Amino acid sequence: MSGPYTTTDTATDATTTDDTGDPYADVRETTEGPVFTLTGQDWDDVLGGVRGEERVVVNMGPQHPSTHGVLRLILELDGETVTEARCGVGYLHTGIEKNMEYRTWTLGTTFCTRMDYLAPIFNETAYCLAVERLLGITDDVPERANVIRVMLMEVNRISSHLVAIATGGMELGALTIMTVGFREREIALDVLELITGLRMNHAFVRPGGVAQDLPPGAVDKVRDFVTWMRRHLPEYDDLASGNTIFKARLVGVGHLDLTGCMALGMTGPVLRSTGLPWDLRKAQPYCGYETYEFDVPTRDTCDAYGRFVIRIDEMHESLRIIEQCLDRLQPGPVMVADRKIGWPAQLALGTDGLGNSVDHIRHIMGESMEALIHHFKIVTEGFRVPAGEVYVPVEAPRGELGVNLVSEGGTRPWRAHFRDPSFNNLQAVAAMCEGGLLADVVVSVASIDPVMGGVDR
Amino acid sequence: MTDRPDAGAAAAADDVTAGGGNLPAEAPATASLPPAHPSRRGMFGVASDGDTSGYGRLVQRITNPALLPVGTSPPYGSWYDGAVDVLVRAVGHQAIDKVVVHRGELTLFVHREHLFDVMRVLRDDPMLRFEMCLGVSGVHYPHHEGQELHAVWPLLSITHNRRLRVESTCPDGDPHLPSVVSVYPADNWHERETWDFFGIVFDGHPALTRIEMPDDWPGHPQRKDYPLGGIPVEYKGATIPPPDERRVYS
Repeated sequence: MSGPYTTTDTATDATTTDDTGDPYADVRETTEGPVFTLTGQDWDDVLGGVRGEERVVVNMGPQHPSTHGVLRLILELDGETVTEARCGVGYLHTGIEKNMEYRTWTLGTTFCTRMDYLAPIFNETAYCLAVERLLGITDDVPERANVIRVMLMEVNRISSHLVAIATGGMELGALTIMTVGFREREIALDVLELITGLRMNHAFVRPGGVAQDLPPGAVDKVRDFVTWMRRHLPEYDDLASGNTIFKARLVGVGHLDLTGCMALGMTGPVLRSTGLPWDLRKAQPYCGYETYEFDVPTRDTCDAYGRFVIRIDEMHESLRIIEQCLDRLQPGPVMVADRKIGWPAQLALGTDGLGNSVDHIRHIMGESMEALIHHFKIVTEGFRVPAGEVYVPVEAPRGELGVNLVSEGGTRPWRAHFRDPSFNNLQAVAAMCEGGLLADVVVSVASIDPVMGGVDR
Repeated sequence: MTDRPDAGAAAAADDVTAGGGNLPAEAPATASLPPAHPSRRGMFGVASDGDTSGYGRLVQRITNPALLPVGTSPPYGSWYDGAVDVLVRAVGHQAIDKVVVHRGELTLFVHREHLFDVMRVLRDDPMLRFEMCLGVSGVHYPHHEGQELHAVWPLLSITHNRRLRVESTCPDGDPHLPSVVSVYPADNWHERETWDFFGIVFDGHPALTRIEMPDDWPGHPQRKDYPLGGIPVEYKGATIPPPDERRVYS
């Protein structure tokens, strides 16, 4: 085989080409052949340079708009056919797991919520379930806290699937799907903002329960959201599911059958697109999911279209779960009764911003010295967790999110490892893309729906 | 609590009290005390007997079932006994170091030279059929002499709807474990990540390169001897030290 030609497609708007001597868009000779840096609208220069060669290696990303963030795809092309596809990850590694070893168990939620930033509630819940299992208080978490967790997770699942569908459509050039998807997502984020205070990175689910009870008006807001979604979800079918062009791009693309999924550890919509109804909410329920009525949508097409339709169907199922949550919300505590674990204060909005509630301040400052000491100790020092090791999985929008949590008996995690579904599922890119067309790479990657914050952590 | 029950290590591993975040007092009653726990220092937060005076000499005992020399004694309960029997029949007693049931989860501690065979049996035996491996991650216990590096594989059986965990160890001086990529191809990236973060070499991996850190990165960041780093931050005249230099309570 002749020397390969490597190109870097950075897909920026710069129009400079090598003849102007731009140091960032020059042709370099290497032992592997000339290396071109593409900056947009200069593909002809490369084609002129590699004329007669069969094999071109293209670096797609990490700054490419169609790679869902900083994913770098290393594609070996023969004409328009992808002969080899490899992923380069690590561009968003922030050492969250290491950082969690230096904070208390409660502060851990603040860190892990930033991993898979499109599904923050799932990160928090998985982590908190793991802490609770280590503490042995899984059954002590109040019912209301569990209902709120389930409700938030399902709202979050909808907002995450909306991004998957919206950006996936955008990458195909179906911009209306993008605008429509982000319109609905905005409403989902409004719900999350009202309840948790933030649009993302909530740190709302805490070991032992949730940080705060639902604010006034939250139930109505969630009901409005459900109504809105019920009205607008059919638009996605009109725009995409039955759209001939859309189907032509997705049907049969990114094929991965059940055998491939098992070998590559695939979970989530990718696995369910092979016809296997594997959903941890049904198979190994947590947070009381066994008491909710919902179905697990599957398709047996093993392709990107099946995954797209599964995501649409799952949003319908999530709406069913949210409605059941609203119906069973009973007044009660949202944090375990054990004061050696639960956060001592509730938050309240004062004249000077958000802070501890006035009642709590009065109690610790005016009534009880012991309460003040307790507040100080549990906030600065935190609680201890008995030594041990647990693995707690939850069904995140992208598949199984597992937390491997190790305690050595201290006030900090000894080791917190997140088995992120995006990280695992990106391994399937080679299996899905090789032998296909370059344009289908974008569709395949979008059907996996990787979130690089979760991949790199 | 002045009386320390003379419980075996197995009971200590299995029976961990839950209330109030306290550590269990049970520990193997040995003639010599175990080495001081490096993660604990300072006077505060003694978990076992409530002595905060400092005169109790702050004896810390190993309570992590992963570090105890003996595992849980059978019966393990649930389907665990049957599965362990099937596995032991297939690979022999010498492959399994100990079996730990903790917090309702089954962990098989496997000697590294038998790890590959154990994994293959776990996947292929119809009574076990753990067809999915959810990756591998490392844990660094610098105080666990001779077994400083642990690797943990969570396995899932969709056929039987079961989970178990396989754990294996290797010393810092010889950080080698067999790769299971040929059994579970899904472990490819996970083993690269564990190599990247802990420096565990997975022998037989098709291309063991760093995955998260740059290729030329020195050191393995998730090890306990690798500093977190950070700079002090000044806020309204006060200086707040970086997280790894702040007061530790555990």
